[in-house]
Amino acid sequence: MSRAVDFLVRTRGRGAPDWTDWFTWGYLILGFVLMFVPVAWLVLSSFKTEGALLEFPPTLLPYGPKTVAVGPDRKELPVFVVRRDDGSSQEMVELRRIGLVATMLPIGADPADDAKIVRVPIDRREPVREFRLATSNYTELVRKFDFVRYLWNSVFITVVATLITLLFNAMAAFALAKYRFRGRHTVFLVILATLMVPPTIVLVPNFLVVSQLGLLNSLWGVIWPAVATPTGVFLLRQYMLTIPDELIDAARMDHASEWRIFWRIVLPLSAPALAVLAIFSVMWRWNDFLWPLVVLSRSEKFTLQLALNAFQGDLVTQWNYLLAMTVVTMIPVTIVFAFLQKHITTGVASAGVK
Amino acid sequence: MPGPLTRVAAATARIAFGLAEAPMRLAQHALGVRRIAWIFLAPNLLIFGTFTFLPIVINFYYAFTGGAQLMPAERPYVGAENLATLFDCGNFLDPSTCRKDLFWRAVFNTAKFSLAQVALMVAFSLVTALVLNRKIMGRGFWRGVYFYPVLLSPVVVALIWKWLLQREGVLNAALAAGGATPVVWLNDPSWAFFWVVFVTIWAHMGFYTLILLAGLQAIPKELYEAAQMDHASPWRTFSRITLPLLMPNLVVVLVLALIRAVQTFDEVFVLTGGGPGSATMFLVQFIYQTGFMEPIRLYGIAAAASLVLAVALIVLTLVQLRFTRTERAGARERE
Repeated sequence: MSRAVDFLVRTRGRGAPDWTDWFTWGYLILGFVLMFVPVAWLVLSSFKTEGALLEFPPTLLPYGPKTVAVGPDRKELPVFVVRRDDGSSQEMVELRRIGLVATMLPIGADPADDAKIVRVPIDRREPVREFRLATSNYTELVRKFDFVRYLWNSVFITVVATLITLLFNAMAAFALAKYRFRGRHTVFLVILATLMVPPTIVLVPNFLVVSQLGLLNSLWGVIWPAVATPTGVFLLRQYMLTIPDELIDAARMDHASEWRIFWRIVLPLSAPALAVLAIFSVMWRWNDFLWPLVVLSRSEKFTLQLALNAFQGDLVTQWNYLLAMTVVTMIPVTIVFAFLQKHITTGVASAGVK
Repeated sequence: MPGPLTRVAAATARIAFGLAEAPMRLAQHALGVRRIAWIFLAPNLLIFGTFTFLPIVINFYYAFTGGAQLMPAERPYVGAENLATLFDCGNFLDPSTCRKDLFWRAVFNTAKFSLAQVALMVAFSLVTALVLNRKIMGRGFWRGVYFYPVLLSPVVVALIWKWLLQREGVLNAALAAGGATPVVWLNDPSWAFFWVVFVTIWAHMGFYTLILLAGLQAIPKELYEAAQMDHASPWRTFSRITLPLLMPNLVVVLVLALIRAVQTFDEVFVLTGGGPGSATMFLVQFIYQTGFMEPIRLYGIAAAASLVLAVALIVLTLVQLRFTRTERAGARERE
């Protein structure tokens, strides 16, 4: 054991671990618990049945009532432990229950065999539970709620807004990086200045603009205001500055149009920067909340985030479905995180974008 | 062998290219090569103009007109009345003497929250960055642990914690198992405020940790080797080398975090809804409620409150610009 600890806290090229090593590992483990356990608890809970969610204290793993298939029609019936007068107990299935008395059958017995059937007062029995994932929380989302529509709205906004963001911001960045025209410094400053105007402070007037454009309760009302991002222009411009002008001049010699130069030379060469912007754009749009909340008030236009907010505000919160929907909402971001963590962290560290 | 998805994407890209090429060629003939830059800029400038600069102008118009009409033409000019209403206070330190007491509660809550949250967040980010900067096993993994919540949507973050903190939640179960009395966390004003601070730190700490980590990694290793040679204690190494050299990054992180803290809305709105009462009601929620949730929508008051928020943000941004400039100058000197 102590050798294992030594191995864990071993640091390269130094002697015995001092207090800073102990602090480091204590902090990391505490941090892991604080950061990871809440998410894990949400995922575990999302597989519990509605009844299991109401239990206090909660069990760690999802449990459900154990059932056994009985009779010729293989009907699933709940299993109970029945206490007899002599103190012994036996597992039985419940055939039916009338008032305080249940009609029960020992496991394995034939339900047609009347001799085996016993009548048990319900206070003499306990339900048997087993590990069971309530996947119905997920499958029922589709049937009971307009889940597919919310998912589609979210995916549509995310994909379309990201594609337009990439195109528009790359065009602007190309103009600012590769053309010498009057006023280009001013334009660049004006675009950067919009960084100082967060959407939160133009909420009311933007509502007017979007409603005048007829975009209220339209997914485009969320998409259009979001597709021009100063961070995106800045990121792409800085990258395009590193593309040698000679490439562009050579293409002009060959009578390539400016659009062709942009599309065939500059865009492909900017792929790494475009990828970073795409990742961020996907996460921005997928996680957007306040602006969609203002623009989309009809439930058939809700994104997943809005649907989650609406359900948690219901008088009676159906936590089993709400938790499952939350987990589904987390999945795309988690996938992005798992595969592209390195791009995101370098993007954050170098440009400070978020 | 490209998959069908790749082929579809390539075909779409070809069509997009073809669609734009003819008009762009025409524009190039008409304007010349140099001025075509404006065509490339046009979509972005149009969107910035429509959804950023035009709204700034309209916001002023709203702030100085009254009534509950959305249409600018139907709104009567009231001068500074909206601002006067917001600032109509018997005693500015006591929100209950104000005409718009909710606004002042939101202002005080936002100030209290921003100070507490930013101070704690910068402190924790710094400690985390220091820990992650050490030679530890699986550094990428540990960095990921702290960064993951940054990517989660505010709604998801709020729901994760709402589920943990509810009356029959796992935290109360742990308390009950330890013999303590369970608490209805989000129904108690002080606890609700504490959890709002805690949850927003939980969600955003990883971002600032990464920025500080990048700053730490830029500090030359030779300095630490020299300190080790001189048998400097870890504390002395930290206070004489790490802290002074990290200071510019720390200031940037501090101001960035402040700018964001002042605008906090999403997580809190879902977690507490501003409650209990108005204990966790912040400025952006006041604007949202006044403009979009009340039966009579007082756009003028909401726009005036936006102006107050904008002034706070402009001040913070100027502070940030100032410090970034000194940081750059400092970096140049160091080179």
